[in-house]
Amino acid sequence: MRESLLKISLVALVGILGAQAVQAGDLSIESWRVDDQELWEKDLIPAFEKAHPGIKVKFAPTAPTEYNASLNTRLTGGTAGDLITCRPFDVSLELFNKKQLADLNDLEGMKNYSDVAKSAWSTDDGKSTFCVPMASVIHGFLYNKDIFDKLGLKPPATEEEFFKLLETIKTKGEGITPLALGTNDGWEMHQVVYTSIGPNYWKGEEGRKALVTKDAKLTDAQFVAPYEQMAKWAPYMGEGYKAQTYGDSQNLFSLGKAAIYPAGSWDIAFFNKDAEFKMGAFKAPVAKAGDQCYISDHNDMAMGMNPASKNQADAKVFLNWLASKEFAELYANKVTGFFPLANHDIKIEDPVAAEMVSWRKDCKSTIRLNAQILNRGKDDLEAAFWNAGQSVVNGTAKPAEAAAKVQEILAK
Amino acid sequence: MASRSRFPWHILVFILPGFIIYTLFSAWPLLDTMFLSLFKQASSGERVFSGLANYQELLSDPHLSEGFWNALWNNFKFFLVHVLVQNPIGLLLAALLSLKGLHGAKTYRTLIFIPTLLSVVVIGFTWQLILSPLWGITPNFLKSIGLGTWFQPWLGQEHTALLTLALISVWQFVGVPMMLIYASLIAIPDELIDAARVDGASAMRIFWQIKLPLIVPTLGLVTILTFIGNFNAFDLIYAVKGVLAGPNFSTDILGSYFYRTFFGAQSSLGSPTMGATVATVMFLIILMGVMIYFYVVQRRIHRYQL
Repeated sequence: MRESLLKISLVALVGILGAQAVQAGDLSIESWRVDDQELWEKDLIPAFEKAHPGIKVKFAPTAPTEYNASLNTRLTGGTAGDLITCRPFDVSLELFNKKQLADLNDLEGMKNYSDVAKSAWSTDDGKSTFCVPMASVIHGFLYNKDIFDKLGLKPPATEEEFFKLLETIKTKGEGITPLALGTNDGWEMHQVVYTSIGPNYWKGEEGRKALVTKDAKLTDAQFVAPYEQMAKWAPYMGEGYKAQTYGDSQNLFSLGKAAIYPAGSWDIAFFNKDAEFKMGAFKAPVAKAGDQCYISDHNDMAMGMNPASKNQADAKVFLNWLASKEFAELYANKVTGFFPLANHDIKIEDPVAAEMVSWRKDCKSTIRLNAQILNRGKDDLEAAFWNAGQSVVNGTAKPAEAAAKVQEILAK
Repeated sequence: MASRSRFPWHILVFILPGFIIYTLFSAWPLLDTMFLSLFKQASSGERVFSGLANYQELLSDPHLSEGFWNALWNNFKFFLVHVLVQNPIGLLLAALLSLKGLHGAKTYRTLIFIPTLLSVVVIGFTWQLILSPLWGITPNFLKSIGLGTWFQPWLGQEHTALLTLALISVWQFVGVPMMLIYASLIAIPDELIDAARVDGASAMRIFWQIKLPLIVPTLGLVTILTFIGNFNAFDLIYAVKGVLAGPNFSTDILGSYFYRTFFGAQSSLGSPTMGATVATVMFLIILMGVMIYFYVVQRRIHRYQL
């Protein structure tokens, strides 16, 4: 009963949204970034229109939770915009397979992107790319510089240093919680922790691809080891971490009550606004000094073209502009914590964001472990990963057990 | 009388609006849901008739059934807490409120009933704050009375999360059984009580042997309402723990399990047909409970003409 009602209201909603007719001749952008509306209207679109007079662009976002469903309906009904903001991996791939996203292999701007950057919007064999990559998020650790200075600490490079650091903060920190992290919500355990500290063990893309080709299993040492490290974090996470939410962790860190915050780069903007101390960032520590480092540099957003668009030539002009240095610089500095994926050498003004993006020079980038192909199984692999991370840190499952359980779901 | 043979059109006219609304918004969606559960959806979007295959898959294929049985068992525990805690407390409060000459009875009654009127989102958020290990008042309160070591992050532990949520729900809804029982308690004629008192019965004895037998039908009604409410529950779990009903599905009940099946959760896509199957099974469970109550329990309840 409940779902039928919801279906009706969803259809009604989509009908209303679809009714916003697109004016002929203008380019209309579909997006879920409602938060960025002002940014697009005040900065990005004027910059484009200045460079390309004669093309008018309209930004028409839909709320993130409704985006996939309502976009689907509009594409099917023929009322979707000319440019479509692409979710990473399977969601967009499915649209491409249904011929609702155009093939962009011939687009000139595509040469500005590496294969890893394009991987989220390419077919499995890598032969066709259908969206221009726009932004990625990078994972690492943020730290409170004031606390570090007071205790005479410096960012750790190796795992051993990292644990020594945590111990020092715990014993000498006078009530400062070493790690601002809780297991209540679960998703951070996987997306911010496991896939951030893990690539150093499974050697980034090499390990991820081995998992895709089934040459490796999650029960292999390189995939269990991150869980072993996570299990050792619990004593440094402060009392009651099991009921600590993501919001709690953010507040704990921004109030200066915690020293280190395992972060995604999108958190920078939040702390820039709320935190009153100096902030720094360090990448996931490696096992031994001098080891090759790997970072989680996850593709998040791209833009494709609606093959039914009447303004394909103009749309391509816009997509090429997205691949330009001008856009990359503008976007990176306006949306702190979302990094452009193009190979341009750009200057990022925010010091913490600049630090994070500089890791790309020394370290190899990889995307989140299960984002590509692996999630296609019948069972919810992503949820299984969340629960595994949560159980390991909560101490209700041993690292090997947790990994075995996820492998079982992956193998199905 | 000449009018006897005429068809009573006015009855039809009075019934029709309700009948249409009920059919359109309740009966038809229910039947449609049941119908939908007999299909399977291919990835291309086509629906193929598959008989009872969805039910078989739900109850026997481990990738679905493990979650389903876990949710059913959790839901049963959730219900048990309500029956064992909420309803006795409701009875106790109603008995106290119906005492003659209790000062401020109306105020208490209103205060106890207020949480029922609040949005579940507000309740969930408030209790999360009260029990928060970081900002909550509970850890400090326990410390101040010397029981600091008793504090645990109850909402975050697998073995305590469900019980905690059930108790939050009890706190919110205890006003409902209290009101229903209270209403039937004050409906007991004073003569009966007076007669018992003249015969020398104590207040305790009056309650157990006069009042309680008279309100047993109400207690039965409260239990079955609790059953229906609990097996349809979803909002509190969703508001506090999200779609995954963590940690590790320990607070997953049928409502949240249904939500994940129908809408999908993280990397699993939702399935309207399998969702309809879960919804139908939930409906059948509730139907079964209500039938057992009506055919077995209610018939044996002795009613007294007052």
